[in-house]
Amino acid sequence: MNTPKIEVAALKKQFGDHVVLRDINLKIDPGAVVALIGPSGSGKSTLLRCLNLLVVPNGGRIRIGSDAFDFDGAKAMPKPKAQAKFRSNTGMVFQHFNLFPHMTVLQNVMEGPVSAKNMHKGEAEAIARRLLAKVGLADKADAFPNRLSGGQKQRVAIARALAMEPEVMLFDEATSALDPELVSEVLSVMRDLAAEGMTMIIVTHEIAFAREVADRVVFMRDGVIVEEGPAREVIDNPRQEATRSFLSHFHTRN
Amino acid sequence: MYTFNYDILWGYRWLFLNGTLVTIGLTIGIIVLGLLLGLIAGLAQLSRFAVLRWVSWLYIELFRCTPLLVQLLWFYYALPILVGIQIDAVTASVLTLSLYGGSFYAEVIRGGVVSIEPGQTEAGLALGMTPARVMRRIVLPQAVKRMIPPLMNQSIIQFKNTSLVSVVAVPDLLYQGQVAATDTFRPLEVYSIVALIYFVVLVPLTAVVKRAERKLQVSH
Ligand SMILES: Nc1ncnc2c1ncn2[C@@H]1O[C@H](COP(=O)(O)OP(=O)(O)OP(=O)(O)O)[C@@H](O)[C@H]1O
Ligand SMILES: [Mg+2]
Repeated sequence: MNTPKIEVAALKKQFGDHVVLRDINLKIDPGAVVALIGPSGSGKSTLLRCLNLLVVPNGGRIRIGSDAFDFDGAKAMPKPKAQAKFRSNTGMVFQHFNLFPHMTVLQNVMEGPVSAKNMHKGEAEAIARRLLAKVGLADKADAFPNRLSGGQKQRVAIARALAMEPEVMLFDEATSALDPELVSEVLSVMRDLAAEGMTMIIVTHEIAFAREVADRVVFMRDGVIVEEGPAREVIDNPRQEATRSFLSHFHTRN
Repeated sequence: MYTFNYDILWGYRWLFLNGTLVTIGLTIGIIVLGLLLGLIAGLAQLSRFAVLRWVSWLYIELFRCTPLLVQLLWFYYALPILVGIQIDAVTASVLTLSLYGGSFYAEVIRGGVVSIEPGQTEAGLALGMTPARVMRRIVLPQAVKRMIPPLMNQSIIQFKNTSLVSVVAVPDLLYQGQVAATDTFRPLEVYSIVALIYFVVLVPLTAVVKRAERKLQVSH
């Protein structure tokens, strides 16, 4: 068996008294695509944000590739430089895109390599142009983000994350802010990435997409993983009552 | 009825010009130094180190909550006793006005930075940039645009504040006006001219600020 690409052990997070992640254990194989589903407030975003340290866990351990961090309340946080290096290995795609409005599309995609890796502009530009072509936006390189549709913005955001050549991609409801007719262009980019063997964690309410693209589905509720297994099994025949009840809110579209 | 006599002021034209240039030079100096101090103190307010937050808070509140004239007199007359070195009037003036302006600039700069939505910082961090890089490359370039109108407003106030340095005999516009007024026994004419000069310099500047504010509103 492969060593997992991502390993999460006994992960805990609370905001004040409010415990949001109780005891999360998760192993994800290289190239696997995991869909993370669950009701609002169950801790999906928090888990994803812990994985790239945008939220600092209160306990547990996270390993991604060869970088690992142990967390316990007493120990000081890792230094900003070490955090930055850890994060550069995971690409994050946000619900609201968070493109840099003062930069062109090309500059947005070049920013990671140039600013975080100190790459030469020429080299970074070549990477950025290749990725923009890959997400179908080569012709928008010189546009500013406010000229783009939501779907185009999200595809730029994906290209921007990929420019760092991360080992893992994290998607937090990447299509939730999009008009329905723009969802498919973003999902299609994600589908291509999955097919290329990228290790991905996808927080999504697109159950049909999860069933089609994900290898595994993880269902969370109230800060714990309730059920986990092969995508089709979990979605078509959930074992837990909580999973069944959650999935019954979605009219599966196939 | 008082009869105005502006003719006798003509003989003092070089004095007024000189005073105006000193005032403008002083203003440029205290704006540059003040912005530097304000940037440091404003960012220190947002630092993750409590000591920096505390020190900058103390500095900002000290200079915002005491009268500028008191500060100026303190730096000119009291500080030399404390440190044992004589400070000339220009140095004391530049120091005081820069520190005073910096405390107001700091608040503008802090406010501009926190007005940028957290998602921008998160996106930068998520790429693997260090917090300092994120501030310089992502947050500040966007925040500066929003800061410009209030920073310009504060700088206009600073221009007028320079008139206080006349009390420690820095030869600025107001000081030269006082000289001319004593010489001529014509305070009405002299101080009217002095006020007019301040006014003529500042009116175009306030128009520029208004334009900047309008442009900012459009781009939102
Ligand atoms: N920075 C924070 N401070 C305090 N509470 C927070 C913070 N971030 C999240 N929470 C709380 O943690 C809980 C889990 O939030 P999280 O965003 O992880 O849920 P989610 O599963 O992503 O939900 P949704 O589907 O609505 O996005 C919520 O109750 C939320 O209010
Ligand atoms: Mg969420």
